[in-house]
Amino acid sequence: MSLDLKIDGPDREHRPDHLAQNVLGHEIDRPDGWLKVKGEATYAAETFPEGLVHGILVRAPGIGRVSCANLEDVRNMPEVLAVVRDERLLRNAAQGGANEAPVQGVDTAEYVGQPVALVVAETFEAARHAAVALTVEIDGVEAPVDPEAVVPEEPDNQISTRGDLDGAMRHAPYSIDVVYTTASMNSAAMEPHAATAVWDGEVLTLRGALQMLKFNRNELADSLGLPPERVRILAPYVGGGFGSKLGISADCVAAAVAAMELNRPVRVVQHRRDVFEVNVRRSETRQRIRLACDTQGRLTGLGHEALVSNLPKEEFFEPVLQASYFAYAAANRDLRLKAARINRPATGSVRAPGEAVGVTVFEAAIDELAVKTGIDPIELRLRNIPEKDPDTGVPFSSHRLEATLKDGSERFGWNERDPAPRQRREGEWWIGTGMAAAFRVNMITPAEARITLDGDRATVESDMTDIGTGSYVIFQQIAAEILGLPTGKVDVRLGDTAYPPGSGSGGSFGAASTGTAVWLAGMEIRRALAERLGCDESEMTLRDGYVTHGNRRVPLADLVGGGAFSGHGRVEPGDAQEKVRQATYGAHFAEVGVNDVTGEVRVRRMLGSFSAGRILNPRTARSQCHGGMIWGIGMALTEEMTHDRRDGHVVNRDFAGYHVPVNADVPPLDVYFVEELDDWAGPLQVKGIGELSICGSGGAIFNAIHHACGARLRDFPATPDRVLAALS
Amino acid sequence: MKIELTVNGTARALDLDPRVTLLDALREHLKLTGSKKGCDHGQCGACTVIAGGRRINACLSLAVMHDGDEITTVEGLAEATGGTLQQAFVRNDGMQCGYCTPGQLCSATAMLDELREGWPSHVSDDLNGPYELTHEEVSERMSGNLCRCSCYPGINAAITEAGAAK
Amino acid sequence: MRPFEYQRPTTTDSALAAIAPGAAFIAGGTNLIDLMKLEVMAPDTVIDISRLGMDGIEEDDGGVRIGATVTNSDLAADRRVRRDYPVLSRALLAGASGQLRNKATTGGNLLQKTRCPYFYDTDTPCNKREPGTGCAAIGGEQRNHAILGTSEHCVALHPSDMAVAMRALDAVVEIRGAGGETREIDLEKFYLLPEDRPQDETVLEPGELIAAARLPAPKGTRQVYRKVRDRASYAFALVSIGAVLEMEAGRISHAAVAFGGIGVKPWRDGAVDDLLTGEEPSEGLFEQAGEVLMRDARPSDGTEFKVGLTQRLLKAVLTEATQ
Repeated sequence: MSLDLKIDGPDREHRPDHLAQNVLGHEIDRPDGWLKVKGEATYAAETFPEGLVHGILVRAPGIGRVSCANLEDVRNMPEVLAVVRDERLLRNAAQGGANEAPVQGVDTAEYVGQPVALVVAETFEAARHAAVALTVEIDGVEAPVDPEAVVPEEPDNQISTRGDLDGAMRHAPYSIDVVYTTASMNSAAMEPHAATAVWDGEVLTLRGALQMLKFNRNELADSLGLPPERVRILAPYVGGGFGSKLGISADCVAAAVAAMELNRPVRVVQHRRDVFEVNVRRSETRQRIRLACDTQGRLTGLGHEALVSNLPKEEFFEPVLQASYFAYAAANRDLRLKAARINRPATGSVRAPGEAVGVTVFEAAIDELAVKTGIDPIELRLRNIPEKDPDTGVPFSSHRLEATLKDGSERFGWNERDPAPRQRREGEWWIGTGMAAAFRVNMITPAEARITLDGDRATVESDMTDIGTGSYVIFQQIAAEILGLPTGKVDVRLGDTAYPPGSGSGGSFGAASTGTAVWLAGMEIRRALAERLGCDESEMTLRDGYVTHGNRRVPLADLVGGGAFSGHGRVEPGDAQEKVRQATYGAHFAEVGVNDVTGEVRVRRMLGSFSAGRILNPRTARSQCHGGMIWGIGMALTEEMTHDRRDGHVVNRDFAGYHVPVNADVPPLDVYFVEELDDWAGPLQVKGIGELSICGSGGAIFNAIHHACGARLRDFPATPDRVLAALS
Repeated sequence: MKIELTVNGTARALDLDPRVTLLDALREHLKLTGSKKGCDHGQCGACTVIAGGRRINACLSLAVMHDGDEITTVEGLAEATGGTLQQAFVRNDGMQCGYCTPGQLCSATAMLDELREGWPSHVSDDLNGPYELTHEEVSERMSGNLCRCSCYPGINAAITEAGAAK
Repeated sequence: MRPFEYQRPTTTDSALAAIAPGAAFIAGGTNLIDLMKLEVMAPDTVIDISRLGMDGIEEDDGGVRIGATVTNSDLAADRRVRRDYPVLSRALLAGASGQLRNKATTGGNLLQKTRCPYFYDTDTPCNKREPGTGCAAIGGEQRNHAILGTSEHCVALHPSDMAVAMRALDAVVEIRGAGGETREIDLEKFYLLPEDRPQDETVLEPGELIAAARLPAPKGTRQVYRKVRDRASYAFALVSIGAVLEMEAGRISHAAVAFGGIGVKPWRDGAVDDLLTGEEPSEGLFEQAGEVLMRDARPSDGTEFKVGLTQRLLKAVLTEATQ
């Protein structure tokens, strides 16, 4: 049996508020926490099946036809078992949710760094050496690698126009027309992509670093030419994803092909350099923002045009405008995305694809308009909050932007700010503050989960992953709440395609989607228990392992008796998607120092106020927000993949050259949640939290830089050279 | 080559290709996978272990160079230190994905010793100390351990809590 | 990593006897192992000198003698160094990470290789890595590259912080030869310009070993090290400056200013020191010093900013050192 729910409308029952266990919304320790601090959580490259051998990917040094002259020599090197040059190897990682094989092939390299072979040897050391020994020759072709140098595509579905923006710009008392750029960026999760493949002649079992297993299974099966039922994927612990592990990557197929060929377990771990090349990166963007407003700061014109890029044959384009459709209203508007086909490494989803760069830039541009009009930036935003979705005309399911702006403003002390730039100086440092709004679309996706109640112990199962987001603990809390059990009585098993298919981790939809499936599974058990008790589910109280109905109180284990109860929940999006616009909102505040001598920027404090539905676990939710805010610091100050102008290759493809923020870059951060129960978000009123906090945070920093030193930077990141240039 | 390492208090005999790094000796040969490989080039700190009392990047050291050395990895940390720091990491959510966590823990353990020994840091105003567990000192001294989930606030809170408890 | 033979001699003499073409000494290994994994370097024999007792810091004729295998951490924390050579402690603490400083050694730091990404990329030409193949950095992406001392064959930067401070401190490198003889060479003369042989980086002859670095008694008590980088910690310098100055009667009586992040070697320009020496500190003087320093600078698309950044930082450092 299964309890299914299609979200077609609002749920005003708010059942979680009427349950008795009282663990939802509390700071419960992650059950996986102790495993992680003891080094006992095992990631993709940490099992040792009998006979395990090691594969190393070999990259193309150029773009064009590929040949390997010394292939046989390498095959004969000591300990080498195989050099795999198989057409099934992946050109680049699958896009999130692809559900089928991505572009495959090793005969032609379409970007520098494309994997074109796998060298397998008895030991890691032998494989690594042989991989270097393999000479890859390229019969080079001319290929565009600069997004500015090609004529971009303009997909129809990425254009939205209304009224006459040019006219609005001409006639407005205030307008700005500015161009910003953001850099090519990488997820750079700490665990490199890795796969351990075991082939028993019938079923391929792959332990991978992956975020969305039900899709990954189909992608892998399709890539290999196997039926999905002969593929099993395990990913109980994933060392960070941020989008880069949404789809299967080169290591998965390479390990699988080699394991099937050699009949031995094969492990392939991407070198850190591979991680920067063969998966997906965040596209660089050029964004032109046009804003026109009346004397009261009300927007009359809104233009957002973005240029992004991707490899040929990829369907993904960084959806830069995603929030611009609904964030602010203007009678005249022009939104359009342009897409350059170039031969740099593939682009794809990286934490909050679209809004991360789109909102960040838009919120910097809004600040320019605020300065120009002399209207306080918060006030300017408040005056432009739309009544309904300006794109479709449907109402918002819930809209707490105003609340977050006011909450954040008060906590940050925004009102004490002198709006004039260049007013505070400490030694060499200009000090300033800035703010930005945060917007992120909210999604729910199909998900299933199962709960088995055996005595007074429940087990939750789903192929959902926990990539650090806290899936383990929130599912434990949800199951504990609905079944009236202490969290310690709930075991959560994730990351195995043998379990019911969850949503996977991505798009901030995990908690709401798979969480709701867990809830539904629990509800099904509640109903079965109520039936046994002879009452309605809502009439009984489950708490601390006891069932109370009227004046009768029995241990849950007694009611369950000898046979276990099983509940299965399934949720899918329904008409709600068309009836309302659903999003999450927030406000970022930053204080920065800009060194007048060196151009260095340091964030001195940062505060975020967010509304994202019911917060299941404030501690893990806060950690998610810290993460997004710090990614904003990276986007604003340090992170940039440099592509060689001649062949597009990633020049700084390591952690020494690609600067993710280190501990010393991060000041004390404050995170607050504004209460919100969005009835359209399902029975739990849970919305996504993992991405909201990156949307706009870098904009707040850029705005603070301007306030500090008076220089307006429009190219992310604000490295010392750029700041110095802007200062002088 | 035959070598012996004392890992988490236990003598372990190994016969290794000299190319095997200390990190791979621990992970692949002793199957102590707590120490992580994040970059293999000393640029992330996920492999941090304590060798002879000092925190080092195990990926940038050949195992054969450590013949006879005492190594402490995350697996042995609780026993060696009482587990206060680990508890603080769990309580303060000093982790998300957990992949950098073992390195953070080993690094922090040795960092607190360095602080007690009076080692200065880049952010110390006075090279002669004394040094406190301030936000600036902790964050600078922990900057050799990247965390892409960006749990630095939780990590620092945990270290400060555990450091003060000692 | 290519297969190699590992040797751990127990005396310096046996280490020197073991060295042969194709062999390499290893101490901390933080740079060599990094490069060996990528086969940018591929010695057939690796001679471990980490246990030869070369890890002492001793009084030396008013100065100090720093053994080649003294770690960066131990050197930075050494009480005498902190007291008499704070610029050196500061430079060391500004470099790498706590973990790396625990392994990286004094000799290894002096010999560390450039961080030019093309040098690290065996799929691109590099005259330093493979003489005669060309330079991919020229015409490519330059940011962490040199603007002083470059040639048409190489623009690679020396990335050390420690060596910058040592240059300002007039360090001398103590070298042991294969026959056991010792020679000393000023750090100034230790490094070579790339010219048309970028593969030759120092005057070390095959078979020679750095035994120690010697610092003479400090010639200035006003010591400053500042480093500008892309993030707050754990990053190589965009520009760094180590300055050792002394003031007498309101005038600069000793000036030794060294630079990182801009030169093919840890940079020091006698003309800058001469210009400053004997003068009263002034903004104009410091600006003039910056002009002199950059008189032969050859910035490229991507490194132009270093000219102005260095000059601004120089002014700040000299102001701090003379106040």
